[in-house]
Amino acid sequence: MTTTHTLAAEKLTLGYGERTVIEDLDLVVPPGRITAIVGANACGKSTLLRAMTRLLAPRSGQVLLDGKAVHRLPAKELARTLGLLPQSPIAPEGITVADLVGRGRNPHQGVFSRWSREDDAAVAAALEATQTTELADRAVDELSGGQRQRVWIAMALAQQTDLLLLDEPTTFLDVSHQIEVLDLLTDLNRARGTTIVMVLHDLNLAARYADHLVALTEGQLHAAGSPSDVLTEECVRVVFGLDSRVVVDPTSGRPLMLPLGRHHVREPAGASAGDGAAGPA
Amino acid sequence: MTAVVAPATIDAVARGRVRRAARRRSVIAVLAVLVVVAFAVTLMVGRTFYPPGDVLRVVLGQEVPGASFTVGRLRLPRAVLAVVAGLAFGLAGVTFQTMLRNPLASPDVIGITSGASAAAAFAIVVLGWSGSAVSVTAIVAALGVAMAIYGLAFKDGVVGTRLILIGIGVAAMSRSLISWVLSEAGAWDFAEALRWLTGSLNGTTWEATVPALVALLVLGPLLLACARQLAALQLGDDTASALGIRVDRTRVVVIVAAVGLLAFATAACGPIAFVSFLAGPIAARIVGPHGSLLLPAALVGALLVLVADLVGQFALGTRYPVGVVTGVLGAPYLIYLIVRTNRAGGSL
Repeated sequence: MTTTHTLAAEKLTLGYGERTVIEDLDLVVPPGRITAIVGANACGKSTLLRAMTRLLAPRSGQVLLDGKAVHRLPAKELARTLGLLPQSPIAPEGITVADLVGRGRNPHQGVFSRWSREDDAAVAAALEATQTTELADRAVDELSGGQRQRVWIAMALAQQTDLLLLDEPTTFLDVSHQIEVLDLLTDLNRARGTTIVMVLHDLNLAARYADHLVALTEGQLHAAGSPSDVLTEECVRVVFGLDSRVVVDPTSGRPLMLPLGRHHVREPAGASAGDGAAGPA
Repeated sequence: MTAVVAPATIDAVARGRVRRAARRRSVIAVLAVLVVVAFAVTLMVGRTFYPPGDVLRVVLGQEVPGASFTVGRLRLPRAVLAVVAGLAFGLAGVTFQTMLRNPLASPDVIGITSGASAAAAFAIVVLGWSGSAVSVTAIVAALGVAMAIYGLAFKDGVVGTRLILIGIGVAAMSRSLISWVLSEAGAWDFAEALRWLTGSLNGTTWEATVPALVALLVLGPLLLACARQLAALQLGDDTASALGIRVDRTRVVVIVAAVGLLAFATAACGPIAFVSFLAGPIAARIVGPHGSLLLPAALVGALLVLVADLVGQFALGTRYPVGVVTGVLGAPYLIYLIVRTNRAGGSL
């Protein structure tokens, strides 16, 4: 199954109240690939994601899904194509994993329609894909952070959308669970061709897992393209205001950003020794 | 895509779902039976006891000497209003609690019910109105209070805690308004005062019952049809929206329907204390976190009102209005919730 749905932003301007967060932004999400949006805090990356799922109406410009403005699509029709996992979803007290995942079937059900075999099959597939089948009868609030995030992803999977947007899916997870979640998303992308768009705050994980990297700075697109084209020392300086060295990650072949702080940095050979090497020798 | 899943896994998922649904259905069935029993007992007992056969004949419209008046004219409207008001309060309460994701956000805690009561008391005691004019006054006031609380609590989205604190203030204001209305009216009697302060079924007539019954028949099914949207709203507005729910529209429909139910019931019997507040949590305790709580909470509400009215009338020597009994039940639970919240770390 390959996704042919296209998602794009056209001259998009977004803001809250008086404040403009994103200005005149053009963006094309490559279908069937993993896109990661990176940028400093408050650069508008989550706001952009919210507009793409029409949680936020644009000031001007539009978000186009298959050439149609998402703000004009019927809610359920959009929810059958485009899924979203917000940053901090709320699990009702005591709800079981299976029930929560089942909520993902909402866009496929009418007001009076009964639960179908197809709904059960979608829930089972989502549990299996996220390896949460054994947890099905457990209460969500007793799970670990990593398990819980897998369950939320399962809910989004039960929605069976060809596009899946995630707002910082690895926040609050320890490093092994971060990798677990990103591996899972990569599996989905490879097995089903699901187009994935995620906001990530970890630049190195973004460069490692994304096929397409989008760097935002102050509400504007700084660069978009393959990680090795986008993640450069210049880019890190502009987007994060940080001096860095970018090397090739020996494990993945992707670019790896090494920040140059004021401390604990070895002087490269040939460079003049400044006062950076303070401290007792 | 679903073809890769083993049928056994799908069956396991289906079995779990059916098992959880079965539990909910059996709880609903048991609650419904208990409501019918309590309703029947309300019709049978009183100063004179009438056996089930007599009561049934009166309900079916036959003439039974003595029983036709006592049961048909006195007890039946009272019992019907107890069920209608209980269903309405329970349904409206759990709707607010679910939508705002907080058991303290029930309409009797945040002042919507007492707003309706103040308006109804004003219309009846001061203006001398009756019937549907009172209901309309109550619903307009309740909607106004709901909008005022929402407006006051709104700042970059509604935060539950702020809404509840503002609501508690509004509730206090409404209650002082009720006291003022009652003290201004020349010939006010104690029973009438208690009705508007805590709720009472004493002296219920068909004239008062019918508007509440009609409101329940119209708005009750509407709310039940919104069960799935409400369940999605529990996951947070963003998630609900991503699941294809029109969050704002759902909220408006649900608030108007729930407030309407409350206002019509309140116009008939006053704000029966804490029924809205208690029904949802009790239903949640019995049903567990499986599926919508709307119907179970409505039935728990009806049962609470029926049983509390029986207790108030016959168990305590003096005849107390139903709201006094439910108030005694509800207040400790409110304290428990606040204490538990404080222990859990502050925010409500």
